[in-house]
Amino acid sequence: MTLIVDLVLWTLVGALALTAATRGQIVLRAGAREGVIDFIRLLPRIGLGMVGSGFLADVLPQSLIGPWLGPDSGFIGVLLATAAGAMTPGGPVVGFSIGAAALKSGAGAPQVIAYSTAWALYAVHRLVMWEVPLMPPRLVWLRAAVSLPLPFLAAAAAMVLGRP
Amino acid sequence: MSSEPAIPRRKRRAFDWSTAAIGALVVAAAVTVLLRDGREHFLAILTGDLSLFAVMLPKVLAGCLIAAFVTLLLPRETIVRWVGHESGLSGLLIAMLAGFVLPGGPITVYPVAGAFFAAGADAGAVVAFVTSWTLTGATRALVWELPFFGGDFVTWRILAAIPLPLIAGVLARIAVRSFALKLVRDE
Repeated sequence: MTLIVDLVLWTLVGALALTAATRGQIVLRAGAREGVIDFIRLLPRIGLGMVGSGFLADVLPQSLIGPWLGPDSGFIGVLLATAAGAMTPGGPVVGFSIGAAALKSGAGAPQVIAYSTAWALYAVHRLVMWEVPLMPPRLVWLRAAVSLPLPFLAAAAAMVLGRP
Repeated sequence: MSSEPAIPRRKRRAFDWSTAAIGALVVAAAVTVLLRDGREHFLAILTGDLSLFAVMLPKVLAGCLIAAFVTLLLPRETIVRWVGHESGLSGLLIAMLAGFVLPGGPITVYPVAGAFFAAGADAGAVVAFVTSWTLTGATRALVWELPFFGGDFVTWRILAAIPLPLIAGVLARIAVRSFALKLVRDE
């Protein structure tokens, strides 16, 4: 599956590079150089973020998550789940694996949806490590601020829709 | 066809204080794991994370290249017309759709979002784009979420999330207008 993503991404890179080449060597070279320089500048951060997230996740008290976020925990559970999501380190698997584990150990589905929505939208670790270096900081904080209510809306919508 | 003048982009330092703070946290967590669970568990986590890092590297490079070429190739007027300040609801919908189809992780999407913003997209559209990618991104859900939760749960979660990028985009536009936020496009 991750190979398919690589394939799609690099096809996109190829198409863009080809388009750039039709505008001239200079455009092609400038784009490639700019992209590679950005990549090299990002390496230390990404390395730290990736290698660090496993350790951070491992010291999190996962056993506490299930009981606190049960189906009867209601709004408080959604609130706790949202806070927990924001505190969970980034990385592609961490939030999903904790969410799935919580679901298995008795957390309510709307609470898990609030958790993974908050984690996806504004996990503090990801905001600081990845988003701030790549986008203007004020835009990042604006995005995080307007995203604050979204986990609650997602949990509410999930309750209204009902389980499939 | 004339080539567009290059759009100046933020200079990024390789390291700064926020990175250092996270670094300290990571070291503390790693030492805790080492002392609590011993070397074997420590090494298992380290190799797992390093292999994940290796899997991500080509995606990161692709993301940086896509962002660089998009910045060079897409004329500023086109971006402004599609997703600029005057683009209204359709600008937010275009941004949502782009977030849904674009593959890759945060490190692919944030440079592209930053490039669109630098080239004249409005804050609401960028917020809608990032939110839509994060919550409804197709490849992300297929690759990372599906194995953990299964199809029913993921479909249900995504259905509940469909209106959210629009809400976030509208809220961002309202915030920018009512607080007269000055968003710096380049530093």
